[in-house]
Amino acid sequence: MAQVTNYNLDQKFDFTAAVKKVIFILGGIGALLLVFGIIMAATGGHGHGDEGGHGFHWTQRLFANLWINNVYFTGIAIIGVFFFAIQYAAQAGWSTALLRIMLSFGYWLPIAAVLMLVTFFIANHDLFHWTHSYVFDKAGDHYDKIIDGKGNFFYWPMEKGSFPIFYIVRMVLFFGFWVFFFNKLRTLSNEEDINGGTSYWYTIRKWSAIFLVFFAVSSSISAWDWVMSIDTHWFSTLFGWYVFASWFVAGLSAITLVTIFLKDQGYLEMINQNHIHDLGKFVFAFSIFWTYIWFSQFLLIYYANIPEESVYFVERLSSDVYGSYIFINLILNFALPFLVLMTRDAKRHNIFLKLVCTLIIVGHWVDFFLMVQPGTLGHNGGVGLMEIGMLLVYASAFAFVALTNLSKHNLVPKNHPMLEESYHHHI
Amino acid sequence: MERDKNFILGIFDDEDILKNAVREIRAAGIKIHEVFSPYPVHGLEEELGYRRSRLPIAAFLFGLLGTTLALTMQFYMMKFDWPMIIGGKDHAAFPDFIPVSFELTVLVAAFGMVTVFMVSSNLKPWGQPRIFDLRSTDDKHVMAIDIANNAAVDLEIIKGALKNSGATEVNSKSFE
Repeated sequence: MAQVTNYNLDQKFDFTAAVKKVIFILGGIGALLLVFGIIMAATGGHGHGDEGGHGFHWTQRLFANLWINNVYFTGIAIIGVFFFAIQYAAQAGWSTALLRIMLSFGYWLPIAAVLMLVTFFIANHDLFHWTHSYVFDKAGDHYDKIIDGKGNFFYWPMEKGSFPIFYIVRMVLFFGFWVFFFNKLRTLSNEEDINGGTSYWYTIRKWSAIFLVFFAVSSSISAWDWVMSIDTHWFSTLFGWYVFASWFVAGLSAITLVTIFLKDQGYLEMINQNHIHDLGKFVFAFSIFWTYIWFSQFLLIYYANIPEESVYFVERLSSDVYGSYIFINLILNFALPFLVLMTRDAKRHNIFLKLVCTLIIVGHWVDFFLMVQPGTLGHNGGVGLMEIGMLLVYASAFAFVALTNLSKHNLVPKNHPMLEESYHHHI
Repeated sequence: MERDKNFILGIFDDEDILKNAVREIRAAGIKIHEVFSPYPVHGLEEELGYRRSRLPIAAFLFGLLGTTLALTMQFYMMKFDWPMIIGGKDHAAFPDFIPVSFELTVLVAAFGMVTVFMVSSNLKPWGQPRIFDLRSTDDKHVMAIDIANNAAVDLEIIKGALKNSGATEVNSKSFE
């Protein structure tokens, strides 16, 4: 191999007007679809009145959509930081030139935190059954013994049914620490560009390790809080991993897509097909990991056939609305990446990766759609204009934030001690 | 298959010199039988012009065989041979079959791949591996050139090319 050291390490990503235009057009189409969806739901949606006496309102569907995308894109953002931290904890050298891409996802976190909190305060009753104070009222008709038993997890130390202080504290704490760790890692990585030396690498590794420990716990608990508590009666001990696996595959696909996009634009000359191949392997492997987790959860529930566990899948599989999406979910997130990315050639050619990664990002959105909507909307849910529109709006906003911040610093951590190793990555 | 017996060996100390030598010798029209190195040398297989290993294809086919075997076995047992009701499910309940199918796929693929690899690289238990130079397991790279395969090239030219390209020793090796 040729010994090349004349790469332009001070290269910055130029977020050109043309690229911005594409993102704005996508976001605009999304917004348009969303508005159409809302109009259609608001004018024609009164057809099916709910059996519970209170009619279904289109805002519920809007809130459920907000929640799906809040959770989903928070996940992709934190996975960027997580994968960055993994590179340091594992002392990996091959990925050095990709570190800034991973890091750029983290800029979404503060926005995600605000969106999540605001959505929760506006839409809590529409999303979470446990936020209704009547389920804790022992004298009332709607008293729910099971939710009462779990009430302290949301309301402690206050009275059940009042303000979910424990829940909010966890949300704020998790986002707070995630943003804190992200800022720490980002600042250190950018300072390394200026000052150089190996001490930054050791400091980042230390902070990465601490972050990973915190993330191990917080990712799991946030999955219970934000997703599993929608189906309040139901529980799965695997759920934290399940959500994490979904986030991880989506995040890896996003990292791969941005890398290929930058390559196509002529940036990152030091990234060659070997790096792309490794990213492809990650996407392939963790797609199977997700399937493994998904199936482990499904099989045990199916096999044991305990009513309070099975209800989760009964609600989804035997529903007219959601039944087919279970299979779409498995095809997009397992069959497709498994079969298409199996060969070495597919992982080394951008066209396959672009296709599969895009479909995986859609596929894992479907996964979160299946986690959130059945428990919040029931038979009033489904994939319509509102869903597609909201996904496009969030995706383009996320891309805009990540790329804007990516363009502010060098694309490559030029004083990283393992940069040379990344050049010569060969598999 | 009759195996060739007479070889010329070039011994190299350094992997960069080795890689250059491989390039020069192939450019001179001499066919290299094999290069033995104590550790994997990155990029050597490209210099040698090796085709991609077809082992993954074997692995895939063996995996497919494993899946088929597992599914057939379970369907036959559960549906026809000895139907049992487990957990109130249908006799042939597909989700129940997946763990066994997965395990057998992995098992057959792994065993098949190892067997194919062993046979194709002459590591089978009844095979007699040929050791060209024991030092290739320690600190020397050994390039073996098959004399019968290079009948068109004069022996002295091969030896000279090896010396010129940086071999520290040039030896001959014959097998029974």
